Amino acid sequence: MAAGTSPTRPPAAPIARSGPPPRLDGLPAILGSIPLTLLFLTLVVTPLGLTVVLSFSPFDYNKGVLPGHTLAHYAMVFSDPYFLGIFWRTFWIAGVTTLICVLIGAPEAYILSRMRKPWRSIFLLVVLSPLLVSLVVRAFGWSMLLGPAGPLGKAAQALGLGSLLYTPTAIIIGLVHVMLPFMVIPVWTSLQKLDPAVEQAAYSLNASRLQTLLRVVLPQTAPGILSGSLIVFGLSASSFAIPALLGGRRLKMVATIVYDEFLTELNWPLGAAIAILLLVANVIIMMAYNRVIERSYRRSLG
Amino acid sequence: MSFLQLEKISKSYGDLQVVRDLDLSVEQGEFVSLLGPSGCGKTTTLQMIAGFADVTRGRVILDGRDITYAKPNSRGLGIVFQSYALFPHMTVRDNVDFGLLMRKVDKAERAERVAEALALVKLDKHGDRYPRELSGGQRQRVALARALVIRPPVLLLDEPLSNLDAKLREDMQYELRSIQRKTGTTTIMVTHDQSEALSISDRIVVMQDGRATQVDQPYRMYEHPRSEFISNFVGKSNLLRGAVSRVGVEAEIRCGALALLVEGAGLRVGDAVQVSLRPEKLVPVSLGQGKLDATVTSRYFLGSQWMYEMDTPVGALTVLTPNDGNVPHDDGARVGLDWAAGVLRVLPVAAVAADAPVAPVPQGA
Repeated sequence: MAAGTSPTRPPAAPIARSGPPPRLDGLPAILGSIPLTLLFLTLVVTPLGLTVVLSFSPFDYNKGVLPGHTLAHYAMVFSDPYFLGIFWRTFWIAGVTTLICVLIGAPEAYILSRMRKPWRSIFLLVVLSPLLVSLVVRAFGWSMLLGPAGPLGKAAQALGLGSLLYTPTAIIIGLVHVMLPFMVIPVWTSLQKLDPAVEQAAYSLNASRLQTLLRVVLPQTAPGILSGSLIVFGLSASSFAIPALLGGRRLKMVATIVYDEFLTELNWPLGAAIAILLLVANVIIMMAYNRVIERSYRRSLG
Repeated sequence: MSFLQLEKISKSYGDLQVVRDLDLSVEQGEFVSLLGPSGCGKTTTLQMIAGFADVTRGRVILDGRDITYAKPNSRGLGIVFQSYALFPHMTVRDNVDFGLLMRKVDKAERAERVAEALALVKLDKHGDRYPRELSGGQRQRVALARALVIRPPVLLLDEPLSNLDAKLREDMQYELRSIQRKTGTTTIMVTHDQSEALSISDRIVVMQDGRATQVDQPYRMYEHPRSEFISNFVGKSNLLRGAVSRVGVEAEIRCGALALLVEGAGLRVGDAVQVSLRPEKLVPVSLGQGKLDATVTSRYFLGSQWMYEMDTPVGALTVLTPNDGNVPHDDGARVGLDWAAGVLRVLPVAAVAADAPVAPVPQGA
């Protein structure tokens, strides 16, 4: 991701550099990249290639996967409102999750960056702590909290909101909790690069605190928010454990339907087709988003 | 009553006193430099005027209004930061416009004033660029235009030229002065560069250890430094240690074999004093013709001047002579040294005594 990697301001003083690190060209470079290339080929490219091939294979419920090629699975996904509905649900849930993560994560990162020495590292650890607990454990935790016997579930019932568990709301709550660190970290990084004098400059020019925040600080964290959004959206759209546990049997997202096709229906080619479509849709949405947002900041923030 | 007045302002962080009882009156339109080594409290003083650092004790009065506790965004001062602190996501024009926008100046007037400010710093053709597309000197000008466009009563400059390379720094410093003259803005500049302070200020405040040790016009500061520290910090100086041997209208000071005649006011027989002798006031003459005989130990070519290190009976002396096109003295040459009457400066005894225990302040941080 190009966003947020290059400096937003020049170095404060000319620093004597000891020259660029020696470049690796030719044979050493080729030899050095072999292990990673092998790993990439065997663990990423091969399974992906096999999945693509599988998605074009004919299937019969009695005979299983047959030799040959067909577009039937793709046609089925595109023509069946059931599958289209699942895709639509997946992307709007991922979108809402991303939006909430921006709304919570960006201010959180700002407050974190303003904290004093001991507290900053302590709270950063608190923010990152969800990553230290197994995803499944966290999902079960939420299902207990949101379930009919849990405190949040009971509160929702009392307020007349109906049952929370096994609704998109439950999935979004779970996803936001899991994804928040992936938003906080990039925003925090871009805030670290902010020159504190820039805020003082805004104050000296009569800007209020809020104006400074909205017109000076926020635009400069845009690359961080962009990176965070891409990570959160991508991970949310392809997430499995949270929708599986908090969405229940009836509320499907794409990753859970893929699981169902493979393990319940045993229709591997259809599952493969859905998985490939998810990948392609995800890549297209993220690239388009990246293009639109990054173009407006490329010249100023690089 | 002067335009900007600092009344015994002090700043402490716990037990650490950064600025102590600083008094300063600045007249309208004046260019005042706060000069001192790093850690002397000059930047903190500027921050207190700007409102970014709380004043522990004392008052800041601007044009009759007590602004000691006013918020930075209500003071209306123009500030140029050391890092320039430009808004990287805005074009040059929007950067300059920001202060006017925040003051809700109407659109037509804003456009006019922004264009005027950009013309003042000769950046009228760069309005649509972003800060990262500009050179260091251009960024500096944007910062200046942004601070001046709001027509501030006082312009504060925090080491404005320290991030520029030598040649550009020199050009910018004269330009800064001419812009300041043109706009007539009262200006306070913080700097650690004595030549910068000497060349463009109306008055210089030398700060040391949180105190203002001398406030004077550049020429007077240079010619009449009040302490050993100032005579070394502002320009170069040769210091001779000696004792007063005779007083009167003219006093005599003995430095080893050398007897120096100086103005006698305030001196007592037996006082230990230091005499400051500026390198450019020493004139090499033929051997035996001067007040001292000296041997050249090394020489340095500075372009317009020659700088010699000379060994004399009273110690090593630095001598600066104009490069008049003649062949310079070689290493090892024996010459006489002379100086005009009245160029010797006796550093007051009290100041010497007060400065003696002060540890040398580390430079460069």
